[in-house]
Amino acid sequence: MPLLTATAVTKKFGGLTAVNNLDFEIEQGSIASLIGPNGAGKTTFFNCIAGFYQIEAGQIVFDGQPIQRLRRDQIAHLGISRTYQNIRLFANMTAMENILVGQHYHLRSSWIGAVLGTKSVREDEGRAHREARRLLRFVGLQNKGDLLASNLPYGDQRRLEVARALANKPRLLLLDEPTAGMNPAESQQMTEFIRHLRDELGTTILLIEHEMRVVMGISEKITVLHYGQKIAEGTPIQIQTDPLVIEAYLGRGSAGTAGHEATAIPALEATQGGASAGSTPASA
Amino acid sequence: MTVTSAGMPATGTAPSATGSAPAMPVSFQRRVIRTGLLGAVIALYLCMVGIVPIFNARPLVQGVISLGQAALFLSLFATGFVATRRVAESSSRLIADGAIAGGLSGVALSALVLVGSMVDVRAFMPNASPVLYGILTFNLGTVGFWIPMALGAVLGGLAGAVGLASPRLRRSLFVGLISLFALGLFAGLIRTPMLALPVDELARLLFASDGLTLIGAVVVLVLSVGLHHLQRTRRLDRQFAALPPSQRRRIQIPLIALAAVFVLVLPQGLGSFFAQVIAIVALYVMMGLGLNITLGLAGLLDLGFVAFFAVGAYTVGLLTSTAEFGIAQWPFWAAVPVAVIVAMVFGAFLGLPILSIRGDYLAIATMGFGEIIRILAGSDLMKPLLGGPRGIINIPKPIEVPPDSLLAGPNQIYYIALIGAALIAFVAWRLRASRLGRAWIAIREDEDVAEAIGINLIQTKILAYMLGAAFAGLGGAVFAALVGSIFASSIQLMVSINVASLIIVGGMGSIPGVIVGAIFLIGLPELFREFSEYRFLFYGIALIAMMQLRPEGLLPSRIVRREFQHGGGDEPPESSTSPLAL
Ligand SMILES: Nc1ncnc2c1ncn2[C@@H]1O[C@H](COP(=O)(O)OP(=O)(O)O)[C@@H](O)[C@H]1O
Ligand SMILES: [Mg+2]
Repeated sequence: MPLLTATAVTKKFGGLTAVNNLDFEIEQGSIASLIGPNGAGKTTFFNCIAGFYQIEAGQIVFDGQPIQRLRRDQIAHLGISRTYQNIRLFANMTAMENILVGQHYHLRSSWIGAVLGTKSVREDEGRAHREARRLLRFVGLQNKGDLLASNLPYGDQRRLEVARALANKPRLLLLDEPTAGMNPAESQQMTEFIRHLRDELGTTILLIEHEMRVVMGISEKITVLHYGQKIAEGTPIQIQTDPLVIEAYLGRGSAGTAGHEATAIPALEATQGGASAGSTPASA
Repeated sequence: MTVTSAGMPATGTAPSATGSAPAMPVSFQRRVIRTGLLGAVIALYLCMVGIVPIFNARPLVQGVISLGQAALFLSLFATGFVATRRVAESSSRLIADGAIAGGLSGVALSALVLVGSMVDVRAFMPNASPVLYGILTFNLGTVGFWIPMALGAVLGGLAGAVGLASPRLRRSLFVGLISLFALGLFAGLIRTPMLALPVDELARLLFASDGLTLIGAVVVLVLSVGLHHLQRTRRLDRQFAALPPSQRRRIQIPLIALAAVFVLVLPQGLGSFFAQVIAIVALYVMMGLGLNITLGLAGLLDLGFVAFFAVGAYTVGLLTSTAEFGIAQWPFWAAVPVAVIVAMVFGAFLGLPILSIRGDYLAIATMGFGEIIRILAGSDLMKPLLGGPRGIINIPKPIEVPPDSLLAGPNQIYYIALIGAALIAFVAWRLRASRLGRAWIAIREDEDVAEAIGINLIQTKILAYMLGAAFAGLGGAVFAALVGSIFASSIQLMVSINVASLIIVGGMGSIPGVIVGAIFLIGLPELFREFSEYRFLFYGIALIAMMQLRPEGLLPSRIVRREFQHGGGDEPPESSTSPLAL
């Protein structure tokens, strides 16, 4: 049974239909990718799932429950965590505190208990700190817990954002361009890390990714968006040879030259990914 | 004055320390002159608004220098200092530049003396009087018109010379001057209790009735510079931190006990006026800690904060008053919890409608709320309940004691306010470290992300308003008992602004910062009533100076301090090369 099912989801901004009648499913425990040219509506779709946007039409069902009318915190409570294309950490909190606050829902202490310093609150806090240290280690930031998030290098900030998302113990993790701005070695590490996450924790992962090496390497299913519409879906091999996809990426008229398309897409995508870093819309 | 040096181009290589200006000679001269002119404006301002003449009545060092003169000298000295700051130049050049800038400021004062002696400008500048000219010329009158000029040049040159000294020496000097100022200001306060103790001879030796004696000034300078030097060379604080905990405690416990005893006997030694001032500071600490939750932690601006203070005060008034509007004649202690709870209800009441308002609009909306409460309290509509402008009177003291007792009068409130402030500080500290405190900060940092992480915005924001209001309500309850009455006119927008200012000056989100801010912004002006006319001038100067020099506040919270100091650059060495631990 799919963990998340989106049916005929439509999201408009004024006259622009950013997500158009989209059907989408992700299987429990799988890794799926969402690709497509810049402005295809990928981030917008994430925002619809996570409750940042109200959708105009359609339905999003998570684990048997419709979520399109829920608040963001309620969606988080159900077990959906996300990261952001443009990193959004709590800049003036330490790395440690970012993860602690990520555990908010799983800590149970009331403010009265906190003021009185009751035993259960102290135990709760102790557990939270142990868990935070564990997560820091898990993403390789063990020595940096006391640093302000804003003082971390770029790659560390991306990892910290993943750790903060993991602190909510998500069942579905939405990663928006997790390797953006990373060098090939770093993005290779991130790829392995994502696979490791799924294998180790069983977390279902949906990622938006520009780096084709990453996408083709770890996805079990790839969905291609173009102008808000799904134009293709399938395994990496199927996508690489899909004429519609090649047309979307290379422009009209190129489909006929199919034959070396499998190599054509990654090459093109590399430049596109680079260009996207500067022109990304301030999502949500 | 050595005007010639001003015309010379900068000799030698361009100083590397400044770096910013490519055309050094020109901008360099301009800077000296610009600073000098700015200093002139400031010096004239100090004279014209009356700060110099009024504070001239108050000696800093008896028979040597008054506070007014000190302010003037300081402005001239500062002009020279600023003009030569961060410039790597030859020593003679620095001194000359300082002298030019300081002298330029002095010229303005000299001109004032000359002009003033010819035309009487008192009609529209009441402070431009012979008294002022006397101060400026050391009572020589018009013939001494050159004195401010010369003085400015000398002081400015001196400032330039100080710029040459090693940073360590400069710091020591700075500390010495600050100590001199502080002790000169507080001399009377320190002397009074000392006179009552066996150290009265020492008190007379060091302190005059106002200001220090000459001997006292020398002692203060030597002691403060010496101590500062010792701290610098020996690193006493690090030595202390390096001690094993048991030994550290052996030093700490007596110090804390000493401080506690000091706090307890303070009103006995200093009299009830001082006790009352401290009680007011403690009240502001309570309100400050309350606003520190809504504004400092959760980032929700609230300019109607005084409303909760009023709610607490009126609740206690209604429940305890023995006069016309009292409804229950309860004892104070029974009324306080009710006051706190009612304030919390009002906090929720304010919070709900403005939950979705952000930023500037929040300031306006909350300010409106404060005004509504103030106008309602004084209105005819509420008059049968709250007494209108006449307010509620005859609020009994919390503890009834005979008038000669230790706990009589303001002393009692002093203790209660201190206990209240300590209690609130403790609660605030526990909250800050809790799950709720982290959620507040997350909301301040990024509301949308905070919600997406699973934080219920409605609940968390309402709790911020409610707990902030509870603290202010407790402050209001103590205030009602302190004054013995509560009027609509006590609910001023100014109170809200004061509270916000003390948080900014102290350091956003920092609990010790609130205490320091309250002492600076509330305690000092209360202590020096003659300053009260200039209270808001000092507020303005303090706020601007803070934003320029220490935007993080006097005692910032650990995190904010790091934010301002790190600035995003340096990384610790242990940055692992294989970042993902797999
Ligand atoms: N908040 C918004 N308001 C208006 N238009 C938006 C908003 N967010 C995204 N868009 C538009 O929707 C389209 C899809 O954007 P997005 O989902 O960010 O694309 P991408 O696939 O690159 O993540 C773009 O044309 C973008 O300009
Ligand atoms: Mg995007």
